[in-house]
Amino acid sequence: MSSAQLPKNVDLREQTIVVLVENKAGLLARVADLFARRGYNIVSLAVAPTEDESFSRITIVVDVESAPLEQIVKQLFKLIHVVEIAVLGPRNSVERELLLATVEVSQATRSQIVELVDIFEGKILAVATDRLTVSLDGKPSKIDDFEQLLGDYTIVELQRSGRIALPKIGQDIHRLTAE
Amino acid sequence: MSLEGTRLNGAQALMASLEKEGVEVIFGYPGGAILPVYDPLIDSKIRHVLVRHEQGAGHAAEGYAHATGRPGVCMVTSGPAATNVVTPLADAYLDSVPMVCITGQVARAAIGTDAFQECDTTGITRSITKHNMLVTEAADIPKAIAEAFHIATTGRPGPVLVDLPKDIVDANNPDAYFDFRYPDAVSLPGYKPETAPPAESITAAVDLILAAERPVLYVGGGVLKSRGAEALRRLAEMTDTPVVTTLMARGAFPDSHELCLGMPGMHGNYTAVTAMQQSDLLIAMGSRFDDRVTGKVGAFAPDAKVVHVDIDPAEHGKVRMPDVSVVGDCRLAMEAMLADIEGKGGASAAADHGPWRAQLSGWQEKYPLTYQPSAPGEYVKPQFVLERLRDNCPADTIVASGVGQHQMWTSQYWQFDHPYTWINSGGLGTMGFSIPAAIGAKAGMPDRMVWAVDGDGCFQMTAQELITASVEKIPIKVALLNNAYLGMVRQWQELFYEERYSEVYLSHDMPDYVGWSQSMGCEAIRVEEPDEVDAAIAKANEIDDRPVVVEFRCLSEEKVYPMVPAGGSNDDILVDPSQRDLQVASSETHVDPSQRDDAGAEV
Repeated sequence: MSSAQLPKNVDLREQTIVVLVENKAGLLARVADLFARRGYNIVSLAVAPTEDESFSRITIVVDVESAPLEQIVKQLFKLIHVVEIAVLGPRNSVERELLLATVEVSQATRSQIVELVDIFEGKILAVATDRLTVSLDGKPSKIDDFEQLLGDYTIVELQRSGRIALPKIGQDIHRLTAE
Repeated sequence: MSLEGTRLNGAQALMASLEKEGVEVIFGYPGGAILPVYDPLIDSKIRHVLVRHEQGAGHAAEGYAHATGRPGVCMVTSGPAATNVVTPLADAYLDSVPMVCITGQVARAAIGTDAFQECDTTGITRSITKHNMLVTEAADIPKAIAEAFHIATTGRPGPVLVDLPKDIVDANNPDAYFDFRYPDAVSLPGYKPETAPPAESITAAVDLILAAERPVLYVGGGVLKSRGAEALRRLAEMTDTPVVTTLMARGAFPDSHELCLGMPGMHGNYTAVTAMQQSDLLIAMGSRFDDRVTGKVGAFAPDAKVVHVDIDPAEHGKVRMPDVSVVGDCRLAMEAMLADIEGKGGASAAADHGPWRAQLSGWQEKYPLTYQPSAPGEYVKPQFVLERLRDNCPADTIVASGVGQHQMWTSQYWQFDHPYTWINSGGLGTMGFSIPAAIGAKAGMPDRMVWAVDGDGCFQMTAQELITASVEKIPIKVALLNNAYLGMVRQWQELFYEERYSEVYLSHDMPDYVGWSQSMGCEAIRVEEPDEVDAAIAKANEIDDRPVVVEFRCLSEEKVYPMVPAGGSNDDILVDPSQRDLQVASSETHVDPSQRDDAGAEV
């Protein structure tokens, strides 16, 4: 498979917004509810506490064809516990994602898969006679490529974490804050 | 006596917190989970109005807020009571009404177990409240109440729900006691609503306003919420700009003012609708380009630039992209605009609006609101009732309406010359709104005359609150326009469903409205002929010790005009049939003749 056939790295329909929220009960439901109620589509969503445990950071990849990004951001910002929103693009941010996959292996394919994981600098997490569990972290586009190549084998289970992102150091990011 | 530092239980702390917020009346209904709160209520100076259905509590709180500008408070128990206030919460959310709703919840240990009268109240109300919260510690109650009132009343106002598990308000629970301290200020790092508009947006807006030749001030409920009626009058007069007041803004600008064009929208008057269509600048002031105002968005005011003033950033560009966006409080924005205009030369700096005003006057003369009087022996015309009511009540009478034809006729035919005299359900369109809302308004403004204008469909949804009005000595008056039908639905079926009337007939005399009203402690009068109208109104207005219901038997076939068919362009406005010849012959409108013919052919 030549690289020309690989999926496009940057999908302009997708935008990453990073939402800093007060860490309150039901907060994730509020965010998800807002997207459902207003008909906005979520591509992926990742959430965890920040360096300060009273806040969480939610990284949402949104489908901006379902609604203008500006409306999505403004409506999100109306949630009382949303403290700051940053809109990130591939140029002004560092993005990472994690993939876990369990793949069926045979005598013939085991070394091919190990080699593939090696090339992508992934890890073998678990080994059995007929299966391997592998992991890979990296830019979402790299994960896409890896997932596609892994598709040539029989995948038992596969899970991606959803994207997380931070602004690149020194980049001027458009941030909406309550201050 | 200050309770600061006193050891209180959660229920006592709730009452103390509400007193700290200056609450004078709670509209409510007790039940299992909220029971512990109803005990210290007996010792509180706060009045409690016992409604007959929890929906009534919510609408009464809304009516109170509309009339007084202060947040309305309602309190109900868990489960079915919480679901019964869902409608008023959604109503208050869409109409930006400041309201605090307190709901009981099952004890913390029972949450999630499908306990008796348990429901996920915060989950159910999440998308119809500005904010809601489930309080999990008694000591957090004062903070929760302070936050609720702060959020409900600042920025774009709205309803806030506070859900209280029974055990944290239980006097028998040692863990429900703490040293009461009411917070001086709230700390919400994510909530700091912008109120003062940026100066550069003001000056850009003023430049457009001064240059406009056919401007219209498109005024919405935000002007009333910001207490901006006086600033609006000054801005309109200084810039000689005609004003339309939306359904939510009736009274924000006096109908008697020469610059007032009245209500725009689906049942707005011809001049207000057409002025917007043909304007070169819409100054949207606390309005939100609702579909009932714009009609088909793509065909709405096609030549107009837009200055949009609204405190909610998300309203800017939601429906129509503004040329100048002014994010902030309407009153502050208008005051800043006035100062900026002064600096740019004052009134004389505005473009000449003479030709525009002349065009508008021509339309007003040609297409006034009109209806045909009743033929001899016919029941009364609803428009006639409203004209007589308008002319025989004090100018500052508060009018609450339900939803439907009677709502539109009231908005059209009443003369609103004072802000905060018109209370209705604009966004959600909640039938049955008027009676409980009128009760709330009268409870807040006991010295004012309060009329509920209701339809027979609406009346049957919430009439039981007249018992509340009788027992609680809240003497509202109800003008029941009984046309035996769900009139607005009937109108649509007549015009758009080939007169196939499906499930809209209610009957004039089933129920017996007079007997029903009397049984609820009301004075009740039935009017069948036009010449009985004045006497009935006079009698109703003399009674001030109990509620009055005047049932006006109205013609079933009467329709609300003008009308813009749903989804149609505002250019396709249908005027009263008696004016249609004028409309077709008119050459001064930009209406596409083919469209006009189509629209006419439907009737």
